[in-house]
Amino acid sequence: MRLRGRRHALPGFGLTFGLCVSYLALIVLIPLAALALKSATLGPAQFWAAVSSPRALASYRVTFGCAALAGLINLVLGPLLAWVLVRYRFPGRKLIDALVDLPFALPTAVAGITLTALYASNGPLGRWLEAAGWKVAYTPSGITVALIFVSLPFLVRSVQPVLEQLEPDIEEAAATLGAGRLTTLWRVVLPTLWPAILAGFALAFARAIGEYGSVIFIAGNMPMVSEITPLLITAKLDQYDYAGATAIAVVLLAASFLALVAINLLQLWTVRRRSAEVR
Amino acid sequence: MRRSFVAVFASAAFGLATLAHADTTLLNVSYDPTRELYREVNTAFAAEWKQQAGETLTINQSHGGSGKQGRAVIDGLEADVVTLALAYDIDALHEHGDLVPANWQTRLPDNSSPYTSTVVFLVRKGNPKGIKDWDDLVKPGVAVITPNPKTSGGARWNYLAAWAYASKKYGGDAAAKDFLGKLLKNVPVLDSGARGATTTFVERGQGDVLLAWENEALLALGEAGGKDKFEVVLPSLSILAEPPVSVVDKVVDKRGTRKVAEAYLKFLYTAQGQEIAAKNYYRPRDAAVAAKHAAEFPALNLVTIDAAFGGWQKAQKTHFADGGTFDQIYVPGAK
Repeated sequence: MRLRGRRHALPGFGLTFGLCVSYLALIVLIPLAALALKSATLGPAQFWAAVSSPRALASYRVTFGCAALAGLINLVLGPLLAWVLVRYRFPGRKLIDALVDLPFALPTAVAGITLTALYASNGPLGRWLEAAGWKVAYTPSGITVALIFVSLPFLVRSVQPVLEQLEPDIEEAAATLGAGRLTTLWRVVLPTLWPAILAGFALAFARAIGEYGSVIFIAGNMPMVSEITPLLITAKLDQYDYAGATAIAVVLLAASFLALVAINLLQLWTVRRRSAEVR
Repeated sequence: MRRSFVAVFASAAFGLATLAHADTTLLNVSYDPTRELYREVNTAFAAEWKQQAGETLTINQSHGGSGKQGRAVIDGLEADVVTLALAYDIDALHEHGDLVPANWQTRLPDNSSPYTSTVVFLVRKGNPKGIKDWDDLVKPGVAVITPNPKTSGGARWNYLAAWAYASKKYGGDAAAKDFLGKLLKNVPVLDSGARGATTTFVERGQGDVLLAWENEALLALGEAGGKDKFEVVLPSLSILAEPPVSVVDKVVDKRGTRKVAEAYLKFLYTAQGQEIAAKNYYRPRDAAVAAKHAAEFPALNLVTIDAAFGGWQKAQKTHFADGGTFDQIYVPGAK
């Protein structure tokens, strides 16, 4: 049967596609084009000078490093949390499930102020950590803590629905065939989850790169050490250097976009490999 | 409908025989720590204007970092008047969008700054590190809290005050830059704004000394229990901070509010306006009011931005623009 004959809930490919493209243009593409246009007011040499100054380079290291580290930590703990929420029934499960979304709902500035109060050297947590020789607030560690906080829901929420679809029967079948726990986890459960985990990681990473509100209070903002790229953009704007600010923003945007593309490819690859294995 | 009801009600309540005017509104776009000051000024001026012109006046305030506020006005926030932390941010209104004429700062007395402040040290009670002057800030083991001069107008005054001291005492710019380098080594946290730095020092307990505007320091002392926790130390030399005010010509001409906006700013220079400024810890310009408050604002050796640094445009370019002295201190190998 041809596509045309199939019944869809929404009518008309032409209409819906047109709507889709214009909506995307209005919400995403036009603002991005305006950004690119503004940065284009700089010549290539000035653009390069703005985006490759030592302070900018140091800020990329901090931003991307902390975002990746936060993503990796959540990559392990997020799916674990999802697993507990899906596979076990215990009192307060619904409450914990709701708590996972809290970082989404909380204004990021509130999160930043709260975390700083906790981890500063006179805070209830920071006091102990600092006594143990680990200074968290006002260092890159603090930035990472804030980014872990804001990006946790992405990993949990992307893995959870896939886990719900994964019947415990499959694990039992693997066990009856003689697979140990590790083998079952590695060969049966994880391969199914990988695409969702990667998608969650990509979202978490992209979000963490642009995060400003929660980080700014805990970062310390020392140039070359704990200065994030979004702060550098703000600093440039405060000097009325619009073009320089957008130049750095373009770099940030390109990096996030590349990260998303790379992870999509990786995801595609794992799916292909898996279907090849199954066959 | 509702508004006219309120107006009629208000005029009836005040026993006015005249028919109610439509409300006039003014928007004052200001920087962070002037919230309390302008709340009081607005109430006083609205009452004054009611008597003078018979108009009911509502004055709205907007506060934030000085640079951000300036940018908001450039980007279209309809401010009738701006009252910012430094002249550079009002200069920007002329430069980007021609919202005020180039000579805006000569239109009102005293560089258009009706009140002033200065940079002082706020230390913990008993002054455990024995901080007396700028030289004590570069000693090893002293932690200094000051915001980032790239993002905070207030921090630029701090930086320049230290620079003025060092260049006078040690002779010349190279020595001053060296001094600032040592000072910044003692700064563990660079907040993005002045209020953030105050919070870091007061609430988070970071640092031994906070570089603050006198009005911020006195405000912290005035708060409950402040006097038991902090002390103000006056350095031997500081800078005269002149937060300027201006009417935004393009906006008032469009909205027809020039007369009331100009009267509003002139009110700041009256004895009543000066008294309110002093009450909110700003140094009054008016000699009579200043004499009355001499005990609260001890005389200090102060340099001005124009005499010591050749004005804000030059200071900004030399010290805070990309590649300026602040960047040179932080970026190794920069010229």
